[in-house]
Amino acid sequence: MANQDFPLIFEWSQESRTGFSLPELDVPDTDIDEMFEDAYVRQDAPQLPEVSELQIMRHYTGLSKRNHGVDSGFYPLGSCTMKYNPKMNEDVARLAGFSHIHPYQPEETVQGALHLMYDLQESLVEITGMDTVTLQPAAGAHGEWTGLMMIRAFHEANGDHQRTKVIVPDSAHGTNPASATVAGFEAVTVKSDERGLVDLEDLKRVVDEQTAALMLTNPNTLGLFEEDIEEMAAIVHEAGGRLYYDGANLNAILGYARPGDMGFDVVHLNLHKTFTGPHGGGGPGSGPVGVTAELEPFLPKPILTKKDGRYKFDDDRPRSIGRVKPYYGNFGINVRAYTYIRTMGPEGLKKVSEYAVLNANYMMRRLQEAFDLPFDRHCKHEFILSGRRQKKLGVRTLDMAKRLLDFGYHPPTIYFPINVEEALMIEPTETESKETLDDFIDRMLQIAKEAEEEPETVQEAPHTTIVSRMDETQAARKPVLRHPME
Amino acid sequence: MEFRYLPMTEKDKKEMLETIGVQTSEELFADIPERIRFQGDLNIKPPKNEYQLMKELADTAGRNVNLKSHTSFLGAGVYDHYIPSIVDHVISRSEFYTAYTPYQPEISQGELQAIFEFQTMICELTGMDVANSSMYDGGTALAEAVNLAAGQTKKKKVLVSKAVHPESLAVIHSYAKGPGVEIIEIDHKEGLTDLEQLDHHLDEDTAGVVVQYPNFFGQVEPLESIRRLVDKQKKAMMITSSNPLALGYLTPPGAFGSDIVVGDAQVFGIPAQYGGPHCGYFATTKKLMRKVPGRLVGQTVDEDGRRGFVLTLQAREQHIRRDKATSNICSNQALNALAASVALSSIGKQGLKKMAAMNIKKTLYMKQQLQARGIEVLYKGAFFNELVIRLKKPVKDINQQLLEKGFIGGYDLGRTEERLAGCMLVAVTEIRTKEEIDTFAGEMGDLNG
Repeated sequence: MANQDFPLIFEWSQESRTGFSLPELDVPDTDIDEMFEDAYVRQDAPQLPEVSELQIMRHYTGLSKRNHGVDSGFYPLGSCTMKYNPKMNEDVARLAGFSHIHPYQPEETVQGALHLMYDLQESLVEITGMDTVTLQPAAGAHGEWTGLMMIRAFHEANGDHQRTKVIVPDSAHGTNPASATVAGFEAVTVKSDERGLVDLEDLKRVVDEQTAALMLTNPNTLGLFEEDIEEMAAIVHEAGGRLYYDGANLNAILGYARPGDMGFDVVHLNLHKTFTGPHGGGGPGSGPVGVTAELEPFLPKPILTKKDGRYKFDDDRPRSIGRVKPYYGNFGINVRAYTYIRTMGPEGLKKVSEYAVLNANYMMRRLQEAFDLPFDRHCKHEFILSGRRQKKLGVRTLDMAKRLLDFGYHPPTIYFPINVEEALMIEPTETESKETLDDFIDRMLQIAKEAEEEPETVQEAPHTTIVSRMDETQAARKPVLRHPME
Repeated sequence: MEFRYLPMTEKDKKEMLETIGVQTSEELFADIPERIRFQGDLNIKPPKNEYQLMKELADTAGRNVNLKSHTSFLGAGVYDHYIPSIVDHVISRSEFYTAYTPYQPEISQGELQAIFEFQTMICELTGMDVANSSMYDGGTALAEAVNLAAGQTKKKKVLVSKAVHPESLAVIHSYAKGPGVEIIEIDHKEGLTDLEQLDHHLDEDTAGVVVQYPNFFGQVEPLESIRRLVDKQKKAMMITSSNPLALGYLTPPGAFGSDIVVGDAQVFGIPAQYGGPHCGYFATTKKLMRKVPGRLVGQTVDEDGRRGFVLTLQAREQHIRRDKATSNICSNQALNALAASVALSSIGKQGLKKMAAMNIKKTLYMKQQLQARGIEVLYKGAFFNELVIRLKKPVKDINQQLLEKGFIGGYDLGRTEERLAGCMLVAVTEIRTKEEIDTFAGEMGDLNG
């Protein structure tokens, strides 16, 4: 198969072959075409494949073999927290009482689900140190936008209509400035200093009466704890702005520090990162948002309440920013995260961060002999290397990433954060064993050596994957975004 | 307590600390200022072992009435359909569900190709040129479409039919606040968008018109007439939200000149899950290809000329364009898009038409049975798989009594609009049997008095 194109499901299709088993039509068969005006009865059927069940299974099994997941091998993708996805979570989420309940069932028929949601909210309140949490946002970026809309509503309620700017560090995730724009703000950049932390002087310069919020990831995307956080919070708060916490890196500080205690007013979490909801090849995620009491009136509605042991939704929320999503959030992912939190408890969650940080520091110290370490200090759950030493030898970070594929590893995040030249961002997570880390480190050291002695081995990588490097230019210049049908 | 997800041993820990050059792991947290260091233990429930936790959560789940324990006629945007067993087997392959976004094409061809196939299927269903790799859900997809239309036309007014799903409408309002788009709600009449009112509000400031097809009441909106109205304003876009299953029988919105078609693929192999995660889709014309929110997979070749797939046109996206991106969306619903693709492969070309028609036929049968028992069925137009009925008693009370008889009744339309108090939206999908429909209609007749 290696030298042939892997067929598309459409290429297996043969007319009149079936892969379905529909229920019987046990009601009288009527000519329903008569119900509709001719123009509304579809004439040309959508060209879906006509394949047997085994063909479908072979097709997708074949595709799965052409895909790398955490269960396939180490996945040290910085900022993505590719930890193990517990199988128990999957089983729990598939219980009929969780997977087959309808969002419009009467509340009294879903008390079990509401109990789980409420308990999850309470747990997240405690973990983040916030006053209240909503589970409605569907993913991290959705949570960012939700949080910013709440900050906007808060300022507007105070008559502060001039607060149109959201400050974002140059090292921030791309979603931060994008969410600011979508929420109707102007994104303003604050610089990092030589420590890799937010430059306080620059922050003082950009903060003013137009500041709506500062968005921050802590530890930041360089894997470093913003140790001036209290001073930063004071600068922003004194100017009337609010502090937004991007929870992408929460895996570093569970049980060690809480955004609420650092002075943050709004927090979003990525349950699919820190709390093991699987990434699913790009989703679905879940992005709950926590806020302080002053922002509570602006939460998306409805909110979940508990009274006398019964749970119900409260839709009477006049100052709410409204709904951010139909129904009540990605419940199925929330069930998985809840199962995980209950498995770990306070002791387990703290160990998660301890080991995530220990693993990252260990790798960083062992790799610094061969790679430039732009910020030489203890990191948190991830760290940044620069490939500029190898670049001088003609080997780019991209090449080294591709070479790692030959050893069965998913490469680290590359060329991010954008303020580091030839960046490699490595996040091992706590679920990897020392043996795995050691083998990965050895391979990295080998690649560094190859860059010196036989650079073409790296430059021409990967050598063992089922396909070689893709022509991305052609893909963008002449986009083919669907399979053409005959 | 042992933690089966944590492989660290005391020996490992010691060696690692030595390599790092510290005595304890606490030293690695020394950069967290003392004052904000969390003291003590988090006040959350203690850890529980696998067996006991499973038992507890199974009990919790067991406290929920569900679509398997009861016979459901509840729809209103979330439907109980036939899910081929094969769907869960495929999405349970952990090469798919434990993967991240396919940024490394050499080891992500599986996911990339699956998305490419999904995009193709959505194009086929909707009659559009381009579809993305998925959105959170139908509601947020619609809200993004509204903002896209405003951004593209540089006009600030969008007309939205009130026969659109009420929660999608609510999400549209929330999203519109960001860029400051004005949302004008257009009333419905006889279960369909009031075209006179639509025509009245449509002017040169209009960026777009939003309708749902079939609409929230199950009625089939006259897209042909709506397109003619929209055409009066050269720039205005027609945005259609569609249940993609209905498009197995109905002429697709693309054929009526829709500029953007969105909806939710939950109907294909995705369980209700209390409202999420589902699977939004977003389809549009070639002209708007570079404005699409979210990820797009494109076909290309590798260095050896083999067909392959990559994420493409990424200059639209947040990780490249940051504050200039077309949307902030990052994670989408990839695994559910996979589920929908598997279901669609299984149902196939013939099956889809049969399945869609069966929804209509069984709903028609329900209509006749309800009418035969003296229940008023509102609206005269053609429908897909939902009916609006008017009851003499509060819907809530009737639903309570239905529950005792093993049924989950329909959606209480009084929740959304006062003038529809006493009206129930009844959904009938292909999995409901004649017997279930007969019994339900009988009960409804009795309860309605």
